[in-house]
Amino acid sequence: MSAPADDRLPLGVGPFARLVAAFADSRLALAGLALLLTIALAAAFAPWLAPQNPYDLMQLDILDSRLAPGSPSGDGRLTYHLGTDAQGRDMLSAILYGLRISVVVGVSATVLALLLGMALGLVAGYFGGRFDTLLMRIVDIQLAFPSILTAMILLALFGQGIDKIVIALVASQWAYYARTTRSTAMVEGRKEYIEAARLLGLSTARIVFRHLLPNCLPPLIVVAALQVAAAIALEATLSFLGLGLPVTEPSLGLLIANGFQYLYSGRYWISVFPGVALLLTILAINLVADQLRDVLNPRLQKQ
Amino acid sequence: MTSDKAAPLLELRAVSKQFGEQPGRIERVAESLGWHTPARPVQALDAVNLAIAAGEVVGLVGESGCGKSTLGRIAVGLAAASAGERRWRGIAIDRLPPAERRHHQLGIQMIFQDPYASLNPRMRVRELIAEAPRVHGLVGRGAEADFVAARLQQVGLDPALAERFPHQFSGGQRARIGIARALAVNPAFLVCDEAVAALDVSIQAQVLNLFSHLREQLGLTYLFISHDLGVVRHLSDRVVIMYLGRVVESAPVDELFAHPNHPYTQALLAEAPTLKVERKRFLAIRGELPSPLDPPRGCHFHPRCPHAIARCRVEMPLLREIAPHHQSACHLNAG
Repeated sequence: MSAPADDRLPLGVGPFARLVAAFADSRLALAGLALLLTIALAAAFAPWLAPQNPYDLMQLDILDSRLAPGSPSGDGRLTYHLGTDAQGRDMLSAILYGLRISVVVGVSATVLALLLGMALGLVAGYFGGRFDTLLMRIVDIQLAFPSILTAMILLALFGQGIDKIVIALVASQWAYYARTTRSTAMVEGRKEYIEAARLLGLSTARIVFRHLLPNCLPPLIVVAALQVAAAIALEATLSFLGLGLPVTEPSLGLLIANGFQYLYSGRYWISVFPGVALLLTILAINLVADQLRDVLNPRLQKQ
Repeated sequence: MTSDKAAPLLELRAVSKQFGEQPGRIERVAESLGWHTPARPVQALDAVNLAIAAGEVVGLVGESGCGKSTLGRIAVGLAAASAGERRWRGIAIDRLPPAERRHHQLGIQMIFQDPYASLNPRMRVRELIAEAPRVHGLVGRGAEADFVAARLQQVGLDPALAERFPHQFSGGQRARIGIARALAVNPAFLVCDEAVAALDVSIQAQVLNLFSHLREQLGLTYLFISHDLGVVRHLSDRVVIMYLGRVVESAPVDELFAHPNHPYTQALLAEAPTLKVERKRFLAIRGELPSPLDPPRGCHFHPRCPHAIARCRVEMPLLREIAPHHQSACHLNAG
C-alpha cells in the first residue's frame, strides 16, 4: 500500500513526513479525520455556536420542555432544531456543551494516563530488575479488574466532578500504556543504536528520552488514539449511571440518561441525538486510530 | 594521566563470562521440591587473556557460539566480565569513578554488525555524528556543520547527505555512517564485531579498505571479530583463534596461515574456500560445536579432533609459545 512512497518524496524527508503521506492514502481515514476536526472545533467553539447556554438556568423556559425537533421557542426568539429536554433545554446547545466536556475529559485523561504509564513503562523496560517485576504485577492486577469497576469504586470514594472523573479514568487506563511502553522499550533498548549511544558516553537521561522514547512512540500513539475513544465511552457510561458529572453540567452520557425515561413515550430526541453525537465522535476517533495503526505498524513500515 | 607507556593499549586478563543467573529464593524452594530443574550457567568465556598493542590489528576468529562476540562486548565495555579484568592503557578502567571511566571509555568504540539496527532511525545523519562530540564539548556549536562534513568525507560519503535519515541509505553507506559516528569522539581503539558480515561482497572490500585507510591515517588499533578468515587475513597483523570460550591459537597473520599449529586452526584453514581451480575434497570438521552448557572435559576440541590422544580427554591444554609470537594450546606440542 503506502510503503514504496520513498522514491517520490524529496530528500531529507523525516519519519514524520513519511507518516503523514502514508496516512493520507486512506480516504476513509481522511473522512474520519475531517469528522474528528469538525467535532473538535464544534466542541471548542460551543459557546459561540450554541443558540443557548444550557447551563444558565435563567435562559431556560420550563414551558418549552420536551418540544419536538424543529419547534419554535415559546417567546419565538429561536427554533429548537433538535428539540428540547425535560428542563426546556435546547438539545443542540446541550449536545455542543456536552461534547466539550466529553472531549476534554477523554483527552486530558488519556494524556495524563499516557504520561504516567509511559514514564513507568520506560523505566521498567529499559532498566528491568525488581522495579520491572513489581510494576508488571501491579499492571496485571489492575488489568484483571474491568476498567468500569475501577472507575466506579474510585468515583464512589471521591464523589462527583470533572477532576475526579479524570483521576478515575487515569487510574483505570494507565496500565495499558505502561505495558505497551515496557514491551517496546525492551525491544528497542536492546538494539545496537542504544548500545552505540552508551559507548558514546551519553547520559542515561539523554539515551532514554532522546534515543529510546522517540522509537517507542508509534505503538503508544495507536494505543492512545484508541484509548481516547474508550475514555470518552467510559465517561459516558459512568455519567449515564449517574456517577460521573453533576446534573448541572451534563456530558453526553448524562444527556442520554436524562432522555432514557422518555424513549417509550415517543420523545426519542432527548436520548437519540446525544447518542448519535457520541457515536460519531467515537467512530471518527477509531477511523483515525485504525489508519494510524496501519501506518505505524513496523511490519508494513520498513522496505 | 597515569597511563603506562609500555602497557598494551587494551588488555583482558583472565576474563571469564558466565550467563545464567544464580537461582532466586523461589527457584531454590522449587528445586528442593523437585518442581524445577536449575538452569546451568553457560560458560561463554573461560579465562581468556588478550593483549592488544597500540597500532596493532588483531583478528579474532571462531565459529558462531565460540564467545568471540562476548569477548568483543567485554573489551568495549558493553558487558561486564564475570571474572577477570579489563585494562586500558594499563589502567583498570572499570574500577575508576564513573566520570573518569566515561572519559577513558570514549577512546574505545565499536563498529556494529547490523547497519540497520545500529543507527537511530529518528535522527538525521548530522545529529547521529555530532551529538556525542557536542555533549562532550569536543566541537563547538558553530563548528558543527564543518565537523560533520569532515567526518563524512573521511569515510567517503558526500557531506551533502548530512540532512538525510538512515532509511535513505544503502547498507554500505550506513556502515560508513556508523564508522563516522564512532570516529567523531576520536577513539584510539575500535572493536569491529562482524562489521562487514552483513554487506555485499563488493561493498565488504570497500569498507575493509576504508578500515585500512583509517588505520594509516589515524593510527587506530583494531580488534576485528569475524568468522571469515579471508576478511581477517586482509586486515590483521595477528590472528587469535577461539574455540568454545577459549583461545586455542594466536600468531602473526602470515605465520598462522603458513604454519597453523592447532588442529582446529588447521581444520578451519583447510575449509576456507579459495579461487584456485583444483579438485578439492572438503574435509568438514566432524560433528557440531559442542554445547557450552556441557563442554567436553580436557581440551574442548577433543571430540572433533582427528589427532586426539588420551591426555586430551582429561587435561586442559594451556597456551604455550611454540615459535616467536606464536602460541598454541595443544598437547601434541608437548612431544
